[in-house]
Amino acid sequence: MSTNTSALSEAAATRPLTLRLHEWVTTVDHKRIGMLYILYALVFLVVGGIEAAIMRLQLIRPNNDLVSPQVFNQMFTMHGTTMIFFVAMPLVFGFANYLVPLMIGARDMAFPRLNAFSFWMTALGGLFLYFSFLGGDGLYGGGGAPDVGWFAYAPLTAKTFSVGHSTDFWTLSLLVSGIGSVGTAINIIATILCMRCPGMTLGRMPLLAWLNLTMAGLVILAVSPLTAAQLMLLIDRYLGGHFFDTQGGGSAVIWMHFFWIFGHPEVYVLVIPAFAFASEMIPVFSRKAIFGYPVMVLATVAIGFISMSVWAHHMFTVGMTSGANTFFVLSTMAISVPTGIKIFNWLATMWGGKIRFATPMLFCVGFLFQFLIGGLTGVTLAVAPFDWHLGNSYYLVAHFHYVIVGAILFAAFAAFYYWFPKASGKMCSEALGKLHFWLFLIGFHLTFDFMHIPGLLGMPRRIYTYESGRGWDIWNLIVTIGVVFQAAGILVFVANLILSYLRGKAAGNDPWDAWTLEWATSSPPPSYNFAVIPAVRSRRPLWDLKHPEDPDWRYE
Amino acid sequence: MSPTNIFAPASTPADSIFGLSIFVLLTIAAIFVVVGALLVYVVLKFRSKNPDDRSEPAQIYGSTQVELAWTIVPGLIVVALFLASARVIASIQDTPRPPGALEVVVTGHQYWWEYRYPGLNVVTANELHVPLNDPAHPAPTFLTLLSADTDHSFWVPRLGGKTDLIPNHPNSMWIDPREPGLFLGQCAQYCGTQHAKMLLRVYVQPREEFDRWVREQQQPAKAGGTDATITAGRRVFESTACVNCHAVSGTPAKGTFGPDLTHLMSRETIAAGAAPNTHEKLRLWIRNPDTIKPASKMPAMGLSDQDLDLVTAYLETLR
Repeated sequence: MSTNTSALSEAAATRPLTLRLHEWVTTVDHKRIGMLYILYALVFLVVGGIEAAIMRLQLIRPNNDLVSPQVFNQMFTMHGTTMIFFVAMPLVFGFANYLVPLMIGARDMAFPRLNAFSFWMTALGGLFLYFSFLGGDGLYGGGGAPDVGWFAYAPLTAKTFSVGHSTDFWTLSLLVSGIGSVGTAINIIATILCMRCPGMTLGRMPLLAWLNLTMAGLVILAVSPLTAAQLMLLIDRYLGGHFFDTQGGGSAVIWMHFFWIFGHPEVYVLVIPAFAFASEMIPVFSRKAIFGYPVMVLATVAIGFISMSVWAHHMFTVGMTSGANTFFVLSTMAISVPTGIKIFNWLATMWGGKIRFATPMLFCVGFLFQFLIGGLTGVTLAVAPFDWHLGNSYYLVAHFHYVIVGAILFAAFAAFYYWFPKASGKMCSEALGKLHFWLFLIGFHLTFDFMHIPGLLGMPRRIYTYESGRGWDIWNLIVTIGVVFQAAGILVFVANLILSYLRGKAAGNDPWDAWTLEWATSSPPPSYNFAVIPAVRSRRPLWDLKHPEDPDWRYE
Repeated sequence: MSPTNIFAPASTPADSIFGLSIFVLLTIAAIFVVVGALLVYVVLKFRSKNPDDRSEPAQIYGSTQVELAWTIVPGLIVVALFLASARVIASIQDTPRPPGALEVVVTGHQYWWEYRYPGLNVVTANELHVPLNDPAHPAPTFLTLLSADTDHSFWVPRLGGKTDLIPNHPNSMWIDPREPGLFLGQCAQYCGTQHAKMLLRVYVQPREEFDRWVREQQQPAKAGGTDATITAGRRVFESTACVNCHAVSGTPAKGTFGPDLTHLMSRETIAAGAAPNTHEKLRLWIRNPDTIKPASKMPAMGLSDQDLDLVTAYLETLR
């Protein structure tokens, strides 16, 4: 740590708490906003996890009556909405905010005040959603938290079926946080296009920047239709519109199209940043340059484009024509080709390397393994006739949790352990990190491996209870047991973050012997990031510095 | 053995899906073994053996040939899977309806199923009866799928994949069961609070048995005879809100929000499969539906114990 920044942090520590809190609330520093996003996501990760645990306890045995059907339906609605909009999205934006300017050698995002505005809009969205527990009853005495599902299919959201204000809080929550998402996406694109340091051509950007650029483009394209649909729903509910009101001639299917043309690209909005983490960490821990950089960029952009044409694979059972079904089978399967390329390139990066299994790399290997399986079960769901069985069954639930937890959350955990030293100046405990990894790995596989089976045996999702005699009992019991291990893993993780922050050993600027620009500045970086804006000649500027006899720019 | 196992098909559409699913599962299993083995090999073989060794391995930036190989091979696999899927989609969705086909109009309600047999003048609820298919004289059943309120989905795994019932959006599907017996399933699209207890029961019967069932269903309600208890029960039924939702053919009860009760006692279950159709359960269902199926649309009627007994006795004559 330079004397300059330690003097600054000492000065910070002596200021009164209220003043320091005020600085966080009014900050426009991309690193602080990034950390606010991430802390916000972690709080909601615990909340959404508790909701999942309530569902799993209810389903632990047949005919259980731990919670009422109303509460169960609220739990799966809140769990889905929370995890996607207030955990996954803020995590993605938090890391993008923190890392992109540092990795492209910039001093901040392109629009710092838009950045702060976007975060606080997202924060407001989460408050709207959870205020429904208090205010959802409205004057009608119906409701509480929304219970229409995170997909909120029409006409369940119509006034006829959803009295009270729970659906309104859900709608407002997504409307408001959507504005924040688009704001941040615009910011990321502008930052990457306009703020790169001298010498950093597009072809020399770290892959993380390329992938976040693609992600941000997808956010603008995907969130806008969702926002439009929320406005239409509000018009239906309050201004006598009939977009989705089937009793007034509206179309339930149009809502599905609006929702999934958001919903499927959204999956890639979340998984592309996970690819980005893996693409930064796997080379560093394998001690090799990323294999096939141009192909990785092309594959990412291809995934971005194709992902805009696959949404109706969520709708194979709604009665589309055979021609439409066939088209969406092809487009959905096509996406597995660039995705496969990525997996092969990561493996090729590890091939011939000297792999160090620090905690981040353990999580990266978990990510690779689970993403492989989640991708392959995705192929089974792309086969429309097979999907006529698997769609809306527990197999589907297992599949997308494989991707979102097994791949995205594992990659995010890796990212936490990898960049925590940069953000805090302290190393995480390796022992606790490994304990976290193994607990969570065991819990994950107990829960989500065995969750496929009841789906294959005909168990649909979103049922608050089931009868015995269907062959589902034992699998549901095992699935619920897995939750205990996952919860223990999360506790260890949070304890690790807190203990390491308070008592971790100093990280130094570059604890992983890495190659991208964020490791060239102090840990934590000063508010201006770089005293002198760096200039780069290759994709791995720190490799060039460390190996002047064999720099990358000779080969690129 | 699960009665709702998707890998135990008993009808042509379920067979076609089964065949395709085995092909797809074998393909992805092969890919998993190859790539998974590669991952395990890489992790074991290339782990850093000596933590003090700070020398860097040879840097390799890529290879066009290798990249091409792992683009083209997955591309070919995708083409094969796509062609296999397209064939099955067409074989199930584009099959013309043969002249001997039975038509049933299925209407999803919160939280029960209404079945109308337009050619036969039969109306029933929750328990679908269809004829066994005779390969010599194919007699598939074509279902027209409608919804009276929210989205539902018809899924009886052993007979076929699921198809949604969506208001303002009629759908259709077909089955041609080749085994007699009872086939189970349940609503597979979240349709509201009691989605979980919207169960499906399909009775596949040999032709003669099915025809006999149809003839019985076509009869008007047996008027309950002259027994004073039954007459009193019928009076209670017809003078309370029961008739706003339920119909009994040949009587003033003509409601359509709830299941048709004309032949209630010919059904093995009540409350969309949530309870067996026994005297105790039927009486309990009328007294307090929430104990069987909380938040169902059936209200507790607040009848006195005596009226409960009378109504139950009347309903038990509806065979």
